[in-house]
Amino acid sequence: MSTCTIALAGNPNSGKTTLFNVLTGSNHSVGNWPGVTVEKKHGKVKLNKKIDVVDLPGTYSLTAYSMEERIARNYIVDDELDVVVNIVDGTNLERNLFLTSQIIELGKPVIIALNMMDEVEKNNERISIDKLSDELGIPVIGISALKADGIENLLEIVMEVYNNKDKYQPKPWKYSKEIENKISELFNKIEKLNLIDSKYPNRWMALKLIESDKEISEKINLRIDSRNEELEDKLVEEKYKRIGSIVNKCLETKRKFNEFTASDKIDRVLTNKLFGLPIFGMIMYLTFWLTFNVGGIFMDLLDGFVADVVQPIVGSFLIGVGAAEWLQSLIIDGIIGGVGGVLMFLPNIIFLFLAISLLEDTGYMARVAFILDKAMRKIGLSGKAFIPMIMGFGCNVPAIIATRTLENEKDRMIAILINPFMSCGARLPVYVLLSTAFFPGNEALVTFSLYILGFVMAIIMAFIFKKTLFKSEPSPFLMELPTYRMPSIKNVLLKLWLRVKDYITKAGTVIFVASVVVWFILGYNITGAVGINESFGAAIGKMISPIFKPLGFGNWQASLSLIAGLLAKEVVVSNMAIIYGLGDAVAEAALEGNASGFLPTLSAAFSQVSAYAFMVFILLYTPCVAVIGTIKRETKS
Amino acid sequence: MTLKEVDKKRIVTVKKVNAKGSFKRRLFDMGFVNGTEVYIEKFAPLGDPMEIKLKGYNLSLRHVDANLIEVE
Repeated sequence: MSTCTIALAGNPNSGKTTLFNVLTGSNHSVGNWPGVTVEKKHGKVKLNKKIDVVDLPGTYSLTAYSMEERIARNYIVDDELDVVVNIVDGTNLERNLFLTSQIIELGKPVIIALNMMDEVEKNNERISIDKLSDELGIPVIGISALKADGIENLLEIVMEVYNNKDKYQPKPWKYSKEIENKISELFNKIEKLNLIDSKYPNRWMALKLIESDKEISEKINLRIDSRNEELEDKLVEEKYKRIGSIVNKCLETKRKFNEFTASDKIDRVLTNKLFGLPIFGMIMYLTFWLTFNVGGIFMDLLDGFVADVVQPIVGSFLIGVGAAEWLQSLIIDGIIGGVGGVLMFLPNIIFLFLAISLLEDTGYMARVAFILDKAMRKIGLSGKAFIPMIMGFGCNVPAIIATRTLENEKDRMIAILINPFMSCGARLPVYVLLSTAFFPGNEALVTFSLYILGFVMAIIMAFIFKKTLFKSEPSPFLMELPTYRMPSIKNVLLKLWLRVKDYITKAGTVIFVASVVVWFILGYNITGAVGINESFGAAIGKMISPIFKPLGFGNWQASLSLIAGLLAKEVVVSNMAIIYGLGDAVAEAALEGNASGFLPTLSAAFSQVSAYAFMVFILLYTPCVAVIGTIKRETKS
Repeated sequence: MTLKEVDKKRIVTVKKVNAKGSFKRRLFDMGFVNGTEVYIEKFAPLGDPMEIKLKGYNLSLRHVDANLIEVE
C-alpha cells in the first residue's frame, strides 16, 4: 500500500509542532510564541509507518502576502498531499476557524484536530465536537497534543479519510447571492482559460480574485475588472458571520470580556505600566546571573574534575601502555586541553539556554515585544524584532531564521544583519576566560558590559541601515499575545537537550579537529617537533599580528586564535587553552580571586586593556561560518 | 470614532476597516470585521502599543494602526 501524506496546518501557536513531535517522536523546538515553525518539516508517524507527516508554518490565513502563507497554500494543493489535518486551538475557536474556512476552499479532505481540550475544560468551557463536525461538514477529533491525548483516534480517522477520499471531499461554503453571482462569473472566465497545469480549484481562484490576490491574478493573468472592494469586505464579513453562528451553536459556555483568566491577571503585573519595564530588566539580569554566577560554580567543578581526575587518569594510562611521547602530548595537551577547554563552559551554556527556553515557553517573549515596541520603533524596527535579538544570545543561527516572523522584508534584512552583534553562547567562553583572568571579582560586570556593547552596536547599525540601505515605511504591528502557560518540563528539557547536544556535537567534531590541527601547528615546523615559539603556528600568527598591533593585542598567539575563531567562536578558547595550557589555572585563580600570580604567559601577552580590546574584537568581528551561511541563505544573496 | 480613541476597559463594536492592501487583509484575518466586539485591555508601559481582546484572544496593535479601525 502506498503511503498517506498528511499536512499539519493551523494558526501560529496552536500547537502544530507539539503534535508533530508527538506523531513522529522527533524533537523539534516548540515555544509559546507565535511563529516558532518557519519552515515546513517532514517526518514519519511513529504509530503508523504508512503515514508521512509535514508540519507547515503557522498562518492566520492563506493570502499571498507572506512567505509562510504561500508555502502553506502551495503545499496544500500539492498532489503529493492526501489529507490536511487542521489544528484548531479550542480556546480560541472563532479566529482559528477562519483559517479552516480557507483550507476547506482548497478542496482537499480536511480533518480538524481540536487541540488544547484539557485547557478548554480548565476554563469551564464546553465544545460540542459532534455539532462542530456537523456544521463544518468535516471530521473533528478532540485532542491534547501536549498530553498526547486522542492521537490514536486521530490517526484512525486519518486512515479512514485517506481510504475514502471522495466521501470526505469538503463542500465549499455558499455565500450571499451577490457574491455567488460574481463567483460564477469569474469561474466561467477561469474555466475558459483552460489551465491544465494549475493545481488550484477554479472556485478557489475565483474567490481569490474577489480578494484581489496578487499571486493568483498574475498567474492566470486575469484581473477583476472593477476592483470591487465592497465585495471583498462583504466576503470576509459573511465568512465571520457564519463562523460566529457555528461557534455559538457549539460552544456551550462562552467567556465574557469581563471574566478574567489567570493569564490576564499575570499579565497585568508583568506588563504593568509602572513595573513592566523594571520587571523586564530584572528578568534579563536574572538570566545573566544564572548564566554566570550559578553556571560559574558548576564550571569550576567541571574544570576541577578534568584537571584532577581525567587528565591524571588518562596520563597514567598512556604511560602505562607505553604510548609515544607525541601521542601523549596530542591527547593530553591537544584533545583534552582543546575540547575540554570548550566543554568546561557547558554549565554556563546550559543555564543560558534554560533561561531562554523558559522565556519562550511561558509566553513572556511576546510580552517583551509588546513592552519594547515603542522603543524599538525609534530605531525603525518593530517590537517583534526584539525576540530574535534575545535568541541571538543563545545562537545566531536559529535567531536569524526566527526573523522570518517579520512581515516587512526590509525590516527583516536589518534584523538579520544586526543579529551577529548579539553575543552568542559560543563567545561566552572567551569572555568568561579572559574576564576571570584579568578582571577577577568583576567578571560578571565585564562580561555584561560586552553584551551591552554588542546590543548598542546592533541598535546603532539598525538605525544606520534604516536611514540608508533599507528605507521603508513603518510596517504595521499586529501580534497575538499568547496565554501564559506553565512550561512543560518535558518540553523545556527537550529543547535544552537539543541545544546542548549541538554544543557538544560541535565540541566533538569541529573543535576536536581544530584542536588537533592547532596542536600540530603549535608543536611542529618543517623540521619536526619544536618548541612553541618556532612552530608553524607562531610563524602564521607573527605574519598577521602586525595588523592587530594598534588594538593592543599584537602577539602571535592572539592573532592565531582570531583566525581559528572564524570556524567557530569556541575554537578561540580551545586554541588559547592549548597555547597557554589553561584549565586548572583559571579555576585556581577564580577561587583565589587573584589574576597576577598565575598564567605567566597569558598575563604577559595581555594587559587588562588589551584583554578587553580582544574581547570587544571577538564580539564585533566576522560571525562564524555557520552564521555566514545562514545569513546567505536567509537573505538569498 | 476610531479604536485609537477608546478608553481602557471599554467594549466597542467594529464598523469598518479603513486600511489598504495587505494590512487590511491582515486585520481581516485577525477578526476585525463589521460587528466584531473589542475590549480594550491595557496600554504598554511606554503608552503604545495597546492590548485588546477580540474573538476570545488577546492582540496587541499600535495606535497608528488602531486609528484605521472605525468603531462605535
